[in-house]
Amino acid sequence: MSGQRASMRRRQDLFRWVVVSLSLVFFGLPLFSMLEFTTRDAQGHRTGATWSALADFGAISTRYPDLRAGFIASIGLAVLTVVVMLVLLVPTMTWVRLRLPGLGRTVEFICLLPLTVPAIVLVVGLTPVYAWVTYFLGGNAIWLSFAYVVLVLPYAYRALDAGLRAIDVRTLSEAARSLGAGWGTVMLRVILPNLRTAVLSASFLAVALTLGEFTIANLFSRTNLQVAMYLIGKSDAQISVAVGLASLVFAFVILFAMSFVGGQRSSASPLTRLNRLTRSGRRKETA
Amino acid sequence: MTSTSTHPTQPGRSADGGARGVAVELTGLRRSYGDVHALDDLTLRLAPGELVALLGPSGCGKTTALRCLAGLEDPDEGRIEVDGRDLTRVPTNKRDLGMVFQAYSLFPHMTARQNVEFGLQLRRQPGQQRRSRAAEMLELVGLSTQADRYAHQMSGGQQQRVALARALAIEPQVLLLDEPLSALDAKVRVQLRDEIRRIQLEVGTTTLFVTHDQEEALAVADRVGVMRGGRLEQIASPEELYSRPVNDFVADFVGVTNRLHGQSHGTTATVLGASIPLLPGSAPEGAATVLVRPEHLTVALDPAGPGTVLSASFLGAHGRVVVDPGGAGQQVIVQVPSGSVADFAPGATVTLRPTGDPALAVAGTDG
Repeated sequence: MSGQRASMRRRQDLFRWVVVSLSLVFFGLPLFSMLEFTTRDAQGHRTGATWSALADFGAISTRYPDLRAGFIASIGLAVLTVVVMLVLLVPTMTWVRLRLPGLGRTVEFICLLPLTVPAIVLVVGLTPVYAWVTYFLGGNAIWLSFAYVVLVLPYAYRALDAGLRAIDVRTLSEAARSLGAGWGTVMLRVILPNLRTAVLSASFLAVALTLGEFTIANLFSRTNLQVAMYLIGKSDAQISVAVGLASLVFAFVILFAMSFVGGQRSSASPLTRLNRLTRSGRRKETA
Repeated sequence: MTSTSTHPTQPGRSADGGARGVAVELTGLRRSYGDVHALDDLTLRLAPGELVALLGPSGCGKTTALRCLAGLEDPDEGRIEVDGRDLTRVPTNKRDLGMVFQAYSLFPHMTARQNVEFGLQLRRQPGQQRRSRAAEMLELVGLSTQADRYAHQMSGGQQQRVALARALAIEPQVLLLDEPLSALDAKVRVQLRDEIRRIQLEVGTTTLFVTHDQEEALAVADRVGVMRGGRLEQIASPEELYSRPVNDFVADFVGVTNRLHGQSHGTTATVLGASIPLLPGSAPEGAATVLVRPEHLTVALDPAGPGTVLSASFLGAHGRVVVDPGGAGQQVIVQVPSGSVADFAPGATVTLRPTGDPALAVAGTDG
């Protein structure tokens, strides 16, 4: 019996290693290829010229002005998208859970709807809206964040919903209200601190999606990081690929930084917390 | 069924003798959810410092009444007054009421001390004063050593104690307890309910306690209100409620009651071949169902008796014998001294007799 169990465990271990290895190859190989491509010259010799050029941000900004504009726009877009998404979703979802539970399904449907709409279709729908946005707010790429909020809604909704399910929002808010707290205090001092992990997860997803978005920006003729990379790629493929690799590393750094800064009070590691939330969303996160 | 409530301190006065409680008055409260009338013209008055328990089956409206008083539900009609002030449309956070919930309601990201300090912070109490009040409250509930623990590091009983300390820290005009013990195991429940009563008498806060556990209500309350269908059926002291129920619902709901066929003669009734006095409000002359408590019956072995013992159980302080009084399949419960339980073997023939304590008779006979 124990022999069978040991053999099953060995097979499971082997399967686990195979899955991990395949995943590493799947995700790692393109990154390695990018690194390989950006560290060779035209004759195939190893060189650091592309990365040296990229490291000189002043020179490269002058040489590729779109890159600088795209980078700044993407950072601004990520920040504004996260802020607008949180301001829109957290109070709405909390309020629906507390006061209008019957509307929960409708809100969920609306939030998940963008998953079913391709970006190109979204652009067609948003074109008249953006005509007004441009008229009132100007043509700055930062205003793409309104469209990006729509794009991140399904992912952010899922993350926040898992967080809200993990706490007894009704009892906590009623307890706070009975102690004299107004709705603002309830949100800021009771609900939000207990949604920290969910808010972080929603923010991660929003940042990741915003930093990688190309279609909408390109079709609206706005320059973000992805569009800038595309434009540079037409004239200098190595710089374009190097920027792509750097932006991936940059995105990882940002996500980890957010995780550490936002989750300092939790004893679990950022990855553990992220895994925990995405895995079940029902387990209660403790302070 | 006995009430263990002791009243060492006069209601409305704290242990130091000062009057701390305020009067509470709910008048003509109505609240409907669609076709369901959760509250149907409910009127309830709490004297200063009194602890009133609302008791009733699920859906009787007891929690709705408490939530209306807390401001967590808006009544469709009626008036809520606390200390003479109309609070009917005042938001929860302006009512100055402390509440302990059925579900664990401690803020998970705060320690016990921070939880207790929360309400005081909102009242802008200075730090030193706040910390000292929190320490005092945690001491009151016996948890001063757990002050730095988070909710997940405490047991259910400890969490409810902290919730009580948090509710009392703000010195509320009224304390509302919404089935605070129902999530706890039996032993902790008894411990905590006695503690709640001790603390309530000590601080003298007017308290409304909602529960579906009759023993809990009878043990801690100055008065117990039995609710059905959004109305108060009876509100009285535990002793009166138990010994003089106004109708068969109250008699049935509070304690164990035998429904015996009998004949009402207005002020007396004949039941099991004996005459017993009837309580006011009993059915007039005619066939009636007489509601007799198990401890108001005696059972004796009698080879020629009409009754048959169905079962006998030892329950610790006393015993319980279930008898079919006339071979008709009816079951009558009789309370006997625990030492005599062994005498009543199933199948033994017995005679049942009422002790002569007054009972309630309702018109008609069951079945």
